[in-house]
Amino acid sequence: MNQLKAFILKEIFHILRDRKTLLVLFGIPVAQIILFGFALSNEVKNTRLLVCDQAHDSYSALLTSRLDASRYFDVTGYTENPEKGLADLRAGTAHMVVVIPQDFAGKLDHGNEANIQLLTDGTNPNLAATIQLYVQAIVNDFRNDMYGKPDLPYEIGVSPRMLYNPQLKGSYTFVPGVMAMVLMIICTLMTSVSIVREKELGNMEMLLVSPMNPMTAIFSKAVPYLMLSLLLVTVILILSVTVLEVPIRGNILLLYLVSFVFIITSLSFGLAISTVTNSQQVAMLISLMGLMLPTLMFGGFMFPIENMPLPLQVVSNIVPAKWFYYSINDIMIKGLGLSAVYQRVLLLIGYSAVFLAISFRNFKIRLA
Amino acid sequence: MSTALLDTWSIETRDLTKKFGDFTAVDRISFKVGKGEIFGFLGANGAGKTTAMRMLTGLLNPTSGSAFVAGYNIATDPESVKRNIGYMSQKFSLYQDLRVWENIEYYGGLYGMSLKEIREATGRMMEDLGMNAEKNVLVSELPLGWKQKLAFSIAIMHHPGIVFLDEPTGGVDPITRRQFWNMIYQTAREGITIFVTTHYMDEAEYCERVAIMVDGKIEAIGKTSELKSAYHAGSMDEVFYLLARGATRSE
Amino acid sequence: MIEVSGIYKSFGKKGEIPALNDVYLDVKEGELFGVIGPDGAGKTTLFRIITTLLLPDKGYARVGRYDVQNDFRALRKILGYMPGRFSLYQDLSVAENLAFYASIFNTTIVANYHLIRDIYVQLEPFKDRRAGALSGGMKQKLALCCALIHKPQILVLDEPTTGVDVVSRKEFWQMLQRLKSEGITILVSTPYMDEASMCERLALIQQGRILSKGTPAGILSDYSGRLLSVRTGDIYKAKLALENAADVDDVYIFGESLHVKTQNLDPARIERLLAANSVEVFDIKVIPPTIEDVFLAKLQS
Repeated sequence: MNQLKAFILKEIFHILRDRKTLLVLFGIPVAQIILFGFALSNEVKNTRLLVCDQAHDSYSALLTSRLDASRYFDVTGYTENPEKGLADLRAGTAHMVVVIPQDFAGKLDHGNEANIQLLTDGTNPNLAATIQLYVQAIVNDFRNDMYGKPDLPYEIGVSPRMLYNPQLKGSYTFVPGVMAMVLMIICTLMTSVSIVREKELGNMEMLLVSPMNPMTAIFSKAVPYLMLSLLLVTVILILSVTVLEVPIRGNILLLYLVSFVFIITSLSFGLAISTVTNSQQVAMLISLMGLMLPTLMFGGFMFPIENMPLPLQVVSNIVPAKWFYYSINDIMIKGLGLSAVYQRVLLLIGYSAVFLAISFRNFKIRLA
Repeated sequence: MSTALLDTWSIETRDLTKKFGDFTAVDRISFKVGKGEIFGFLGANGAGKTTAMRMLTGLLNPTSGSAFVAGYNIATDPESVKRNIGYMSQKFSLYQDLRVWENIEYYGGLYGMSLKEIREATGRMMEDLGMNAEKNVLVSELPLGWKQKLAFSIAIMHHPGIVFLDEPTGGVDPITRRQFWNMIYQTAREGITIFVTTHYMDEAEYCERVAIMVDGKIEAIGKTSELKSAYHAGSMDEVFYLLARGATRSE
Repeated sequence: MIEVSGIYKSFGKKGEIPALNDVYLDVKEGELFGVIGPDGAGKTTLFRIITTLLLPDKGYARVGRYDVQNDFRALRKILGYMPGRFSLYQDLSVAENLAFYASIFNTTIVANYHLIRDIYVQLEPFKDRRAGALSGGMKQKLALCCALIHKPQILVLDEPTTGVDVVSRKEFWQMLQRLKSEGITILVSTPYMDEASMCERLALIQQGRILSKGTPAGILSDYSGRLLSVRTGDIYKAKLALENAADVDDVYIFGESLHVKTQNLDPARIERLLAANSVEVFDIKVIPPTIEDVFLAKLQS
């Protein structure tokens, strides 16, 4: 027990005295949340819109002003000629052309149906898809305001509505993503590097020769990193609630439970790495290539997995961060309960078991 | 060799000093090293050896005082100094993952030799070292003794006036060490000055003349035999122990 | 106390890199035993086998009544070990390092203070300083304290004096002498031939083989022939002349003088030989061989 206490204390000293790393650890989530939440946001702001108004009636004017009023769009020009719209799209002076058909008001009032054409620059598919959705949402709002709740027989067509995030705040999806990244840096990268450092500096030889069970040594390394991780989860949650105004809809205890399980998964992965390598550089490389990159690619928060080709979608299933990300999303933003996430949590527990098994198998009581 | 043969000094320092803030790493050292001499520069870790050597090799500017190396002023003409010296250390020398000739070509290029000169030098070197068959071998596959001899040959391939050796044979087996020193004596005989910095006193025994640094100053300088009799010591180890015992600085 | 018998060990995928080749060693209780050899001779591998960190391919080793392979847990309790590349935790203070190692060995600094007192008093003024900021000699002392803190019966030190300056090296050997007088068996390795005289008994090792074993005096008496130190005018010419002479086993330049190894050549004949080659002779004297000379002779034979 004394050994354990001494070891954990020593590890805490290591962490606290490495000011630079500590600064980076807390700096990353803060910077990410602030940067991604505002500046580098993947939401669209000030999209340049060209209105090709062929109707010139009160309805088309009203719709145009609605579009212009949105903080996402700037109406930068008007034209009657669709060809001019295409030219502007090609030149990049417009991101989108909204074509309002002739007799817009008449069609709406009498036919209950009018088609607006949205022309977008598909070279940036994410942007194109997003602004299309936004315009659709504004148009739907417009129609609802004009006619009230539509009566079913007259309403045909799609009515896209963004669930859970009606204002389409991009920052929502980012918070669980930042959490996944930070937890992985601490638990996998830092833990594996700090264990391998003991090997590299010869301390491990000394510990192996001591009566202390080296497994105890390694597990007691996990404890401070676990505490640090939980602290950072708290910091990220506080930041997202206060700075980004992202609410926590679900059960906060459940949120911590899922985070805890993911921390264990990442720690056991870090442990597995440390048992198969003897150099800090290799440990860092494996952590980065083996986990951080796939997490960024397939975690779901940078690139939507639904848009990926099928083989990549299949690949994404083996990335643990994906399941963490979806679970946190479900709890935090959708406000769902345990029944929605328990399968993913079990999967993460399964991962931990596999990594731990690998660690035990490879752990050596001798040097070679 | 006797000093009568020396026409010029290879190294000449006058009150050479280096300060880092309040800390005087090298404190007004003055000494001369003759051409073709094997000179040992000894000191404990932290005595100022490395700083002094960095100044002499043109890597650091002195705070005050002056030094001429191979005829060039280290403060005003460090680039000429660098071109006219060779450097070898046991720790950082050859690229293990390059072949023998690739290492030679690389270092030759570094010293501004033309490809033709390098080719000629390579041929000569392989002949002298008896390594013709190993020209295409990776350096990592060579035995330690050969590596050292190769590293030394490369350090002098551009005919420098002085070659600086940083702990060249510490921890090396005695056979390799003797062979290596044979090579050093040979080189010195050809007129190249050998400047050895070390804290291994058994290496010091091989030098003709030594300077011993303690706390940034030169505490003793002279032939090894003179120093041993002056301090009534049987070995350089004892001489050094007597001088360095009172050192206040370390690392 | 330590018995090593017929140990072989090789590395590499197919075991193609031999590290130890039929090594026998016996260290008596309370002895200060040195293993001397250059880098890569196999010292570290041997020590790792003795400290249960590696298993031999063939042969066995026992420490006390424990077999290094089967009783490694019990053995680790009585062993003090200082690995060659050992470095303390740089970001922990002197006192923290020591306290940490004490707890790892289930003891406290106070419990065995008498053992480390002599060394620790020198460290005490710096006890709040981080280990990373200590000098080489101080680090070495702290490392020794850490290896001693649990009062081991056997202390195994792998190259404790490598990279340490002459003054600290001397002090370190004095500390080992004191520990020996406390009854601790000490096994120490070094690449410095001149440290041989500090050991009670020693073994010379090269390329995984033990070349010679015994007391320093015993090993030196193994040297056949005698060594002459010759100071001459043109030392290169002299070397050339003697190299080709009959009855000269070996000749090499050693600083300002020439060392000549011979079986039956006396100084007068050497003087005549050199005079015939018009080399002036200042001085010839018989010098005692060093451990390094014995080492060379053993390798050459």
